[in-house]
Amino acid sequence: MGEFIDAVAIAVKAGIGFQAVFLALLAIGINMQFGYAGLLNFGQIAFALLGAYGIAISVSQWGLDFWVGVLIGLVAAVVLALLLGLPTLRLRADYLAIATIAAAEGLRLLFRSVSATPVTNGSRGISGFNRQFVELAPWDTGRRYSLLGTFWSGADLWVAAVGWTLVALASLLVWGLVRSPWGRVVKSIREDEDAVRALGKNVYVYKMQALVLGGIFGALGGMIYAVGTGSTTPDQYQNANTFLAYAALILGGAARVLGPVVGAMLMYFIIQFADSGLRSLIENGVIPAGLLSTTDVAQIRFVIIGLGLILLLVFRPQGIFGDRREVMLDAR
Amino acid sequence: MPAEPNPTGATASGARVPARLAQAALRDVPWEVGVAKPDPTIVVDGVTRTFGGLTAVSVDHLEIQRGGITGLIGPNGAGKTTLFNLLTGFDQPDSGTWTFDGRSLGKLAPHQVARLGVVRTFQLTKALSRLTVLQNMLLGAQGQKGESFFSALVPALWRGQEKANTEKAMELLRRFKLDAKKDDFAGTLSGGQRKLLEMARALMSDPQVVMLDEPMAGVNPALTQSLLGHVKDLREEGMTVIFVEHDMDVVRDISDWVVVMAAGNVIAEGPPESISQNKAVVDAYLGAHHDAPLTVEDEDRQLAEAEAAIARESEGTEAGTSAPDQGGTAR
Repeated sequence: MGEFIDAVAIAVKAGIGFQAVFLALLAIGINMQFGYAGLLNFGQIAFALLGAYGIAISVSQWGLDFWVGVLIGLVAAVVLALLLGLPTLRLRADYLAIATIAAAEGLRLLFRSVSATPVTNGSRGISGFNRQFVELAPWDTGRRYSLLGTFWSGADLWVAAVGWTLVALASLLVWGLVRSPWGRVVKSIREDEDAVRALGKNVYVYKMQALVLGGIFGALGGMIYAVGTGSTTPDQYQNANTFLAYAALILGGAARVLGPVVGAMLMYFIIQFADSGLRSLIENGVIPAGLLSTTDVAQIRFVIIGLGLILLLVFRPQGIFGDRREVMLDAR
Repeated sequence: MPAEPNPTGATASGARVPARLAQAALRDVPWEVGVAKPDPTIVVDGVTRTFGGLTAVSVDHLEIQRGGITGLIGPNGAGKTTLFNLLTGFDQPDSGTWTFDGRSLGKLAPHQVARLGVVRTFQLTKALSRLTVLQNMLLGAQGQKGESFFSALVPALWRGQEKANTEKAMELLRRFKLDAKKDDFAGTLSGGQRKLLEMARALMSDPQVVMLDEPMAGVNPALTQSLLGHVKDLREEGMTVIFVEHDMDVVRDISDWVVVMAAGNVIAEGPPESISQNKAVVDAYLGAHHDAPLTVEDEDRQLAEAEAAIARESEGTEAGTSAPDQGGTAR
């Protein structure tokens, strides 16, 4: 039983750790783009990659200040959003989806390619760029701290604290925007672009603003992940993360301010709990070793998560915070 | 094609309704295609739009009288909706110019046209399903400060305007009898209510020209009457209304002027009374030979002509060297 409680504690730690911040920020960005504006960005991870490498390259390769790196990462994300949006936002929604998914995969391959190695250090990645950030922590980062029955390094705690502050600020910004007339226009665009055009709104500009804003959130997520792990390699930024963020968003409830945040926390909790919980059950002999061994857990947990998502969509398609009436309107 | 002006019909209906200024102004206008109106607000010149080999719209000259209700009719595929799309910037023509109050509308995007005061509704109603009825209405208001990204974050900048817009929206909703539904999602409204909402939403922008694409399609007869009343009200308020409609009773009831399109061209213009007698219109709807079935003599004569032609062809080929007879008949 003690092991089971430990498993819960480990899962809670995952749910509030910097990985969950990373997922939450990706999902907040996707919520802005997909949940409110109806834009299909299937390459959110590309923005995270640019954010992370903006810091990593600036600090470790070019010897610049950490905050200059942050700025470079954000500018790079804005530029990517503009490059993706300019040709595709005048077209049907599908084209943005195609362009973003290709850009995400293309950028990852570019950053790990041999020709980019002088700058990105190829598939080995870059490390040692977060010292300036970790030194800002008001507590001793060398020590380990106990929190909710788990141990945290001082640095992890600092990254998580800053991360959740960013998440709170981002949520506040989204909340402020979507309750304003600006948010009304953006939500209308999700429903029917042509109707909004006929009422004198420049749809293209609104879509671009939503795309850029979501991209900035994605870049911030990438930065938190990079300073949390202390190193960055291109293969950390697999596009599967984009879809994990979509899953978190739908779990929490799309087009709800707190949907992506709670969804991301819960997602990481579930992933970690499926892992540590299963392990403790196997070790206690509750699940016989002939049926499942601890080496299978890493695979089987995603089967469980997939099953859970299917059940969610069947029984609660609006997610945790969503409004069922609203979701059902589409199924006319 | 040009028919004689028939003032009796126009005055008879003009006397009933007080404020039909446009009808009075149009009384002496000849019933000709491309005729000049006393006070045109929209003028179309040489606008053509082709989709591949198909000419969807080819209008030489068309003027729309200010403050009147102009009905646009025509069989399916006549190019009515395409003309609407061109006039409102949703589509760009291959050639031609068109102006609104002397201002060229060419190369303008849809939202720019709407900002000038030309709003439209759609054939397939575009209610914004997952927004409430009131939010749908508020979207229609123009010049909202809170719609720009940065001032959206400072509610003090737009709260007053929002309140004024809400009052205006509620007034319109009461007029259209949708005020009880203001907090319902627009997606839960019936088809007819959506048409009403779309029209009310268009009015939020204080338009000068309202273009309605089949406002009565799919609406039950009772609601049709109320929609008709609302369209007439627009005219009372001095707006210019252009509408596409298939129901001739509706067209006769409310139009001051009717424009008939077929195969992309304007084939007739005139007050509603003139249209049903117009031969070009009848031909367009029913086909050119609808009242002339072939008589036995006609049939014999055409057969004889065809045989004579075949005979000539085959003589021609015998005189030459080869050429199979099937080619001859086909030609």
